Amino acid sequence: MAVKVMIPTPLRAYADKQETAEVDATTVAEALSALTGRFGDLRKHLYGENGKLRSFVNVYLNDEDIRYLEKESTHVNDGDVISIVPSIAGGSSASTGRESAR
Amino acid sequence: MAANAKTVSEPVAQGNPSVSLSNEEILRYSRHLIIPEVGMEGQLKLKAAKVLLVGAGGLGAPSSLYLAAAGVGRLGIVDFDKIDHTNLQRQVLFSSADVGTPKIEAAAERLHSLNPDIQIDRHETTLSSENALEIFRDYDIVVDGTDNFATRYLVNDACVLLGKPNVYGSIFRFEGQASIFGAPDGPCYRCLYPEPPPPGLVPSCAEGGVLGVLPGIVGCIQAMETLKLILGLGSPLIGRLLLFDALGMKFRELKLKKNPECPLCGENRTITHLIDYAEFCGIRGEEAPAPQTTVPEITPRELKARLDRGDDLYILDVREPHEFQICNIGGHLIPLGDLSRRVNELDSSREIVAHCRSGKRSAEAVEFLKKAGFRKLWNLKGGVLAWSDEVDPSMPKY
Repeated sequence: MAVKVMIPTPLRAYADKQETAEVDATTVAEALSALTGRFGDLRKHLYGENGKLRSFVNVYLNDEDIRYLEKESTHVNDGDVISIVPSIAGGSSASTGRESAR
Repeated sequence: MAANAKTVSEPVAQGNPSVSLSNEEILRYSRHLIIPEVGMEGQLKLKAAKVLLVGAGGLGAPSSLYLAAAGVGRLGIVDFDKIDHTNLQRQVLFSSADVGTPKIEAAAERLHSLNPDIQIDRHETTLSSENALEIFRDYDIVVDGTDNFATRYLVNDACVLLGKPNVYGSIFRFEGQASIFGAPDGPCYRCLYPEPPPPGLVPSCAEGGVLGVLPGIVGCIQAMETLKLILGLGSPLIGRLLLFDALGMKFRELKLKKNPECPLCGENRTITHLIDYAEFCGIRGEEAPAPQTTVPEITPRELKARLDRGDDLYILDVREPHEFQICNIGGHLIPLGDLSRRVNELDSSREIVAHCRSGKRSAEAVEFLKKAGFRKLWNLKGGVLAWSDEVDPSMPKY
């Protein structure tokens, strides 16, 4: 099955600056494996040392969180979109805290 | 959905039956009053509402302006920073003349001049596990305009513990997120992400930055959601994560569920009090504290002295090309991410001084080169920022 993986901005640095990747897979696990096979540096950002998806990275199949489907065993269909959604922290930003601390 | 919205707004409406509008206020809010869905009843709800903004930055600037303009009767702001030049690119609450003054003062003055009829509460403090519950308690809704994980988790946890909705927004370069957490029966931020990421895996300042309009858009979405909660209108972003891609100019939406295993709001809660996480990098440009290493360091002054003596030093700049364009000290540019591929360009017989913006990426570069067999290595302490401070004040800082 051809599925599209959406790579979020913070992780594009580890994926050859690509916004999306087309992979061939029958499950979410296979799709992510194909992705990290292509972009090796992504692996440590997606998976912890225990081999599990990191707790600050969520994966969605279309608009559903795979934690509430069959996790990584969730089957994918042709044309499905997998989104990797890491937590991001930006909000206000650069402040004098930095300068004055020096 | 409408039922949800109502639940959240009820305490607001019930709390102040005696609120009324003056003739001046009726004129001021005319464009609200002539919308049947808002009307006098809605405007009185806004006047009776108490909203706390955490952070007067890129998100807090637009949201506070619109909430004040809309007539939210009491606005609290938590911020301890002073305004600096780098804020002005997006924090439209402030003007150039405000640089150097505390944000809370400039914000209160600006909002008061926009709408003298509302009350502005100043909380000039760093939010912590010690004060969060006490500060939040007085408000109906909290708007999260924070820029770091430590405060983000604190805001989420305090809202859940107090049962207050948390209007969330977050930005990164060209991407934004928004949602409402902590609503009755809705998910919280920990349902989505149980724990903050470890410092080492948070984007470093090489990947920070934000296009100035983006926080404006996301902050306005937060202000809109806040008004909807107060007015009990429409479908609030409860149980939905809105993703905004500014470059593609696309909005997407993901479903968020309350996680039964959530450590904060799930069935078997393990978090029952507030936690102070060490602050680490978000978009702020502050990098994670360097892990305890034995990387040999050279200060900018020492480096300058050695260069002036004519010592043979190879300056290795491990920043990104766009950073090199802003300023450089004449080093050879090999971005950290390319170092393993381009290590053969370096001569291990020469002394190498690695530097970046503030010293963290170059410490990683030195660690890497050490493992690759290089021996004569230095890390420039404090990077080009320190170089600007100690050696060449004419060099721009960013």
